[in-house]
Amino acid sequence: MVPAEIREEVLDILSDISPDEDLSGLVDDKPFREQLELDSMDFLDIVMELRKRYRVQIPEEDYGKLASMGSTVEYLTPRLAEVARR
Amino acid sequence: MSLSENSMADRPELDGEGAARRIVITGIGLTSPVAHNLVEYRAALLQGRSGVRKYEIRYVGETLAGVCEFDNLRYQTKKDLRRGTRAGSIGIYCANEAIRDAGLDWQNVERHMVGVYLGVTEHGNVETENEIYLIKGYNYDTSVWSHHHNPRTVANNPAGEVALNLGITGPHYTLGAACAAGNAGLIQGAQMLRLGDCDLAIAGGVSESIHTFGIFASFKSQGALATHADPTKASRPFDKQRNGIVVAEGGCVFILERLPDALRRGARIYGEIVGYAMNTDATDFVLPNAERQAECVQIALRRAGLRPDQIDIVSTHATGTDSGDIQECAALRSVFADAPGTCFNNTKSFIGHAMGAAGALELAGNLPAFVDDLCHATINVDELDPACELPGLVLNQPKTIRKPTYILNNSFGMLGINSVVIIKRFAASTQGSPGA
Repeated sequence: MVPAEIREEVLDILSDISPDEDLSGLVDDKPFREQLELDSMDFLDIVMELRKRYRVQIPEEDYGKLASMGSTVEYLTPRLAEVARR
Repeated sequence: MSLSENSMADRPELDGEGAARRIVITGIGLTSPVAHNLVEYRAALLQGRSGVRKYEIRYVGETLAGVCEFDNLRYQTKKDLRRGTRAGSIGIYCANEAIRDAGLDWQNVERHMVGVYLGVTEHGNVETENEIYLIKGYNYDTSVWSHHHNPRTVANNPAGEVALNLGITGPHYTLGAACAAGNAGLIQGAQMLRLGDCDLAIAGGVSESIHTFGIFASFKSQGALATHADPTKASRPFDKQRNGIVVAEGGCVFILERLPDALRRGARIYGEIVGYAMNTDATDFVLPNAERQAECVQIALRRAGLRPDQIDIVSTHATGTDSGDIQECAALRSVFADAPGTCFNNTKSFIGHAMGAAGALELAGNLPAFVDDLCHATINVDELDPACELPGLVLNQPKTIRKPTYILNNSFGMLGINSVVIIKRFAASTQGSPGA
């Protein structure tokens, strides 16, 4: 997947996790938590969905890399480079 | 203990300690397979309308069930629904509806003095089955097992979700009481009000069991799952052709208050809890015991200071199984032998067996009798099983009764758990309608 596809995928996961929120105005370089009502269980949901969908194992010490859309895509790009979008 | 010491009824005083021990029902919120509020529910029961339909469940395939299609977004967000459980959602809907119905000024209610007591037959099977089904698709890799599993499946979940939703900081817990749970929740609420543990009790029962294949499969293996070409005829307690239980979803929550509190705020009072009892067969895992059931009814009557012939309506527990119906009828015949005026009905014939919600839902369906002077029927009795004959059994059509004063509600469950609640018409039950 290329970065644009990864972004779409993360957006899709977020729309499942936060089904009541409008994600169309999400700013990539601002933390998710400043824009969405997400708690620690929600972040675990992001990790879990990536694991389920793409078998990506994200170690706990890397959770901080998922703070914003920009940092998440950057973190996932090398890890999903060889993976085709579902 | 003497009868007078035990008696909960007919206390004339409305102030002081005696009155504070009198517990009244001031609000009802419910969801059932036929309706999602009391008015429509009562109408369906009087019209003889069944809520049983065809239903598909994983592995078992096509079966029958009572399904609740309440508006689950009325009091929850989509995210709440995703994170929580169906049982929690049923509880939240019913609790919010009950609070509205009670006409409570919720914003100014002291939340730390509200208690939530919900009966459940079981909890967590739905979520556990779902997770196992999910990890099967990942070759049983437990690293995809949801972190939501524990908060969803802890036994207090349905009551805890209600507390979270409503910002209640008083006590909350569920009561695991098999199919006696609806009554057990109500009894617990009344007891906690008497103890002063809370000033307002949100009490009743919930069941989401239709979302687990296990309950259907187990009843089927036991030979106790109802089948019928016409789903609306499948739940037929007391009928000769009955062949088992129709599992149903449901919830019913009562707002309970001490009488002086209810009077002070001019609340509409549906009725007063004047007697209750719980006991145990101690004889079998599943087979009921008529002697112990009769004993449970007698204890409740004694505590209420009542004779059997003073009961106007007995809401039976009968589920449509061969032995269960016969045993309960034997128990009732023995207690009500000299009560020719007492009417007996059965609500499961309309909605199926709502498990943990059954006792509460069946009581709620009968309470409007205090206002409309009708006893709803037991439907689907084409040929009464002689072993289920009771003199006052109301069959297929509602019966007019003159100013009913007492309703007795039976609710029994596996492992020999029995519960009985007696509700008295409140003298001013037609006065005031804050929630109307």
